Amino acid sequence: MTPALHIIRPGLLTTVQDLGRTGYQRLGIAVGGALDAVGLRAANALAGNAPGAGALEVLYLGPTIAIEADDVRMSFAGANAAIEVFPDVTAVRGRRVETQRSIRLRRGEVVRIGSLSGGAVLYVAVEGGFDIEPMLGSVSTDIRGGIGGWQGRALIAGDRLPLHLIGVTDRDECRIEGLDLATPAAVRAVAGPQSDYFAESEIAAFFASEYTVGAGANRMGLRLEGRPIAHARGHNITSDAIAPGSIQVPGNGLPIVLLADRQTTGGYPKIATVISADLPALGRLPIGAKIRFESVTIEEAQEMRRFLLAEIERINDKIVPIGRAGTDDVAPNLSGHNLISGVVGAGDWAI
Amino acid sequence: MPPYKVLIAGDTALAIEFGDGVDRQLSAWVLALARRLNEVRLEGVIETVPTFRSLMVYYDPIVLPIAALVARIEALMEGVRTTEAAGRLWHLPVCYDRDLAPDLDDIAARTGLTRAGVIERHAAVTYHVYMLGFLPGLAYLGDVPAELALPRRDIPRIRIPAGSVAIGMSMSCIFPRETPSGLHLVGRSPVALWRQQTGLGAEFAALLAPGDRVIFAPISLREYDEMHAKAAAGNLTITPVDAARDAAA
Repeated sequence: MTPALHIIRPGLLTTVQDLGRTGYQRLGIAVGGALDAVGLRAANALAGNAPGAGALEVLYLGPTIAIEADDVRMSFAGANAAIEVFPDVTAVRGRRVETQRSIRLRRGEVVRIGSLSGGAVLYVAVEGGFDIEPMLGSVSTDIRGGIGGWQGRALIAGDRLPLHLIGVTDRDECRIEGLDLATPAAVRAVAGPQSDYFAESEIAAFFASEYTVGAGANRMGLRLEGRPIAHARGHNITSDAIAPGSIQVPGNGLPIVLLADRQTTGGYPKIATVISADLPALGRLPIGAKIRFESVTIEEAQEMRRFLLAEIERINDKIVPIGRAGTDDVAPNLSGHNLISGVVGAGDWAI
Repeated sequence: MPPYKVLIAGDTALAIEFGDGVDRQLSAWVLALARRLNEVRLEGVIETVPTFRSLMVYYDPIVLPIAALVARIEALMEGVRTTEAAGRLWHLPVCYDRDLAPDLDDIAARTGLTRAGVIERHAAVTYHVYMLGFLPGLAYLGDVPAELALPRRDIPRIRIPAGSVAIGMSMSCIFPRETPSGLHLVGRSPVALWRQQTGLGAEFAALLAPGDRVIFAPISLREYDEMHAKAAAGNLTITPVDAARDAAA
């Protein structure tokens, strides 16, 4: 039988993601990929994979997964989560597992990932990765476009995600230490591309205000609540392309920050753009989080990109062995789930 | 050399903007610069995205700092010509039958035309592919004759079927897949604008590309059904007009 992860419950929105489908935006194909590319890389480093291997991206509430392989090395990086491992599907008592580490799981064991805390996303990687054919160079799931990942959609109960490995080598499990995967209080942004659609006083007010991530947040973007921004020249522009981290201001004045699954083009003026170095942290922001935007110059932004790339280069140095134990020896845990609703609403994005 | 502005869209993208509005001349400049950038293959340029009035250039500033990219673009502008060969010409079948065109009566009422008059005008022009966006393979075709230019519907539809041919403002679109939309539905095309096939390049996956030209060819409901069945079986091959002529010669 093909080695696989059997999805017993899918969680709120669990998708296969890698570093995105770059190079096809001129054909209307979104880049997509991990909301938090640093979290994805950390999960892959823990599992012993290449940095850009496809992993499961979990939003807010995780899946329940049964192991259908001799054994599987699985890692968890990103937000904190209540994770338990049960000996089989009927077991009611499980062992708690921490995030930011790898574990080795045996055939028949069941992993239940509960609700996330301290961030919106968690990455679950498996050693060897998923046996999924890339679509245009990527295994990322583009739900709106119905492309890539597992059948172009989020996981559902009953899915069996095929694995490359039927078993894994005996080695120490690992933890990642000293990598900042926290949600930010502020992200940095450069003004533009449509700063001329706003009075200088409104741009200043945008950078001086604190916003809250609203309930309409999803993989396409974060709708912000807070001080509305007035337009100087209306809110319709001739559609142009949308860069990652673009902060567009629609008619109601409430900014929308565009994330991985943003559409390639759009017709609202964009007051500022979050810098590339802060996109991974931006992608971690959960509904309800407070966020400010700090104005930086393009030169500062490009310098900060160097810092992030250097930090990424050091991820492997932050992997620390923790021995052969499959899971932590902690008391059995019977935690429940808290479903956070209202995350997905593709209909809001119609042209 | 065309007049243009360089807009900063974060630290990894520049929008090279030739003007405002939907305009063939602006589009010609956009596509000409895209061609130049494709020809010279600047190291550090990741991809370009043509839109109605600007070309987005995605780049890696570590490889190609912004000042160097801006200078290279300025130099390339000197050699940009809009007289180069236009894109491919396509004849795309569209069925305007009542069953597949729920908004035709409404459009006729709002424009003072007959149904036949709406169809005749929609199928009379050679459309220009300004850009692709919103969904994989979705092309913005313009310009719709002025008499048919309507604002979007007040209430968008939650779902329109794949293949829907729609109009709104000066654009007409064929929707590659089921999606929400606020545009007016004038017909249905059996042609797949997007085919998900692993192993093939993107150019095989998306039928149209920016700069192509499209003429809508009206077909009957019976023809639609036949072609739709062929398309569903993967046997409907649509080739550009010039390519078909070359093959026959």
